Amino acid sequence: MITWPNFVSQCFNGLALGALLALISSGLTIIYGTLGVLNLAHGAMFMLGGYAGYVAYEATGSFAVAVVAGSLFLAVVGVLMERVIIRYFYSRPAEDQILVTFGIGICLVELVRLVFGSLSKTVPPPSWAAGISSLGFMFYPTYRLVVVGIIAVALLALFLVLFRTRLGLIVRAGIEDSAMVDALGIDVDRVFMIVFGIGAMAAGFAGIVNAPVVSLTPDMGDAILVQTFVVVVIGGVGSFTGAILGGLISGEILSLTSMVDPSYSGVMLFAVMTLVLMLRPQGLLGTRSQT
Amino acid sequence: MSALLEVENLNSYYGDSHILFDISLEVAKNQVVALLGRNGAGKSTTLKSLIGMVRPRSGQIRFDGVPVHGLKSHAIAGLGLQLVPEERRIFGSLSVEENLVLAGLTAKSRWPLDRIWEIFPRLRERRRSRGTELSGGEQQMLAIARALVRNPKIILLDEPFEGLAPIIVRDLVATCRRLAEAGQTLVIVEQNVTAAMTLADRVYIINNGHMVESMSAAAAREQPELLHRHLGV
Repeated sequence: MITWPNFVSQCFNGLALGALLALISSGLTIIYGTLGVLNLAHGAMFMLGGYAGYVAYEATGSFAVAVVAGSLFLAVVGVLMERVIIRYFYSRPAEDQILVTFGIGICLVELVRLVFGSLSKTVPPPSWAAGISSLGFMFYPTYRLVVVGIIAVALLALFLVLFRTRLGLIVRAGIEDSAMVDALGIDVDRVFMIVFGIGAMAAGFAGIVNAPVVSLTPDMGDAILVQTFVVVVIGGVGSFTGAILGGLISGEILSLTSMVDPSYSGVMLFAVMTLVLMLRPQGLLGTRSQT
Repeated sequence: MSALLEVENLNSYYGDSHILFDISLEVAKNQVVALLGRNGAGKSTTLKSLIGMVRPRSGQIRFDGVPVHGLKSHAIAGLGLQLVPEERRIFGSLSVEENLVLAGLTAKSRWPLDRIWEIFPRLRERRRSRGTELSGGEQQMLAIARALVRNPKIILLDEPFEGLAPIIVRDLVATCRRLAEAGQTLVIVEQNVTAAMTLADRVYIINNGHMVESMSAAAAREQPELLHRHLGV
C-alpha cells in the first residue's frame, strides 16, 4: 500500500538520486559534446572518486578533506587519461573510442578491486549531518538532504563556469564546432584536456559526496554509467541544462517506480527514454539531432 | 618583394582520394584573389589546406615568410590567416556578441566591437540574438565580422555569397570592396563568378584539383570565352 509519507519520502529519494545523476551526467555530456568521445569509464571515475575520498577519510578523519581529495584526485586522473590515451583517439572511429574508454573503465575497477578487495567500504557522513531530520510531517536522513544542497551548489558552480567565463564560452562553442574554434586561434587540444579533467572531477566529486549514502564497491559505477547515458539521451547530448533536467526526471522515475515495484524501475526509465527519442530525437533540451 | 602567401605544389587528400594535385598560387599584400572553379574542383579543399583544417600530404605553404604546412589551425590563425568557412559555421547557441568575443580571445590585435558595428550596423541591432536566430545574410555578416575581429593579414572567404538573396549579395560585395580598398587582403572562392570578378585583382582557376589558369583579373575580363570554357558561365 502506498501511503502519503511513503510517497513524499520516495520523491525526496528521487530528488537526491536525480541530483547525483545530473552532476555525473553533466560531466559526461560536456565531454561528449566537446571532445566527441563517449566516456565509458565515467562510471569507474565515479567509483574511484568514492575510494579516493575513502582513503583520505581514513587518513585524516575529515569528510571535507575526503571531498576535496576525491575531486582533485579524479581531476588529475582525468587529465592524465586524456593526455596519455584519449587524445590519440580523437581522429579514430567511434568504436575505437568506445572500446578504449570501456577498457580503461575495466582497468580502474579491477585495480581498485586488487587494492581494496571486493568487500564494501563505508564513509560515514560528517557528524553535523548524521542522523535524521524532522520535516514536520516526516523524518528523513539529514545527509541525503545535505547531498542535494551540496550537488546544487556544485551544479551552480559548473553553470557559472560554463556561462560566465571565457573558458565556458570556448567550451560552449567547442560543443557546437570544435574545428571552427581551433580555426579562430584557440588551441582546442588544451581545452579538451581541461574539459576532460573537469568532467572527471565532477564524477569524482559525486562519488565521494554520495559515498556516505551507499557502500563503496569496485563495480558500483556500472549501474550509474547506464543511468547517466539515459540521462544524457533524455536531456539532449551536449546540453548542460538538459543533463540537469534529464537527471532530475530520471531520479524521480527510478525512485517512484521502485515504490510500486523495484524490478520495473529500470524498465520504466528506458520506456521514458524511448518515448523521448520518438517524440524529440535530439532530447528535451538538445539542439542537434543524434545520428 | 615576396608574396604574403606562397603555395607550392600542394597535394591534399580526403582519406585515400587525392583531391589537390600540385596546387601553386601566390597572394600579394593588399590583393584580392579569386579562386574559381566548378563544383567539386577543389577550391574549398585548397582553403581548408591553407588554414590546416585539412592537412596537406606534401607541398609548401609559406605565410608571411613562415612555413605553415603541417601546423594546426589555431597556430596558423595565430599568424594572421583567417577562414570564413563555407556554410558560415557560426556558433548558433552563442549570441552575436559572444561569437565576436570568442573570436577575439587570442587575437594579437583585435578590432573594437564599435568598428565592427560601423561596418555591419545590422549586427549591432542583433548583438544579443543567438546565431540560430539570424537570417542567412546576417549569419554571413557575422562570419565575416568574426574574422575581422582578429585583424587578420589575409581573410579566406569560402562561398560567402552562396544561398543569399541578390540584394544581400550586392551589399556584401560592397562591404568586401570597402575592406579591400582599406587594404585588407582577401582570397575569395565563389560560384558566383560575376560577384567575385568585380572584386578580384587576380584570378586562379582550378579544375579537377589542378590549377589550370592564373592571370590578372583584367586579363580574365578580356577573355570571357576562357571563363566560359572552365566554369561553364
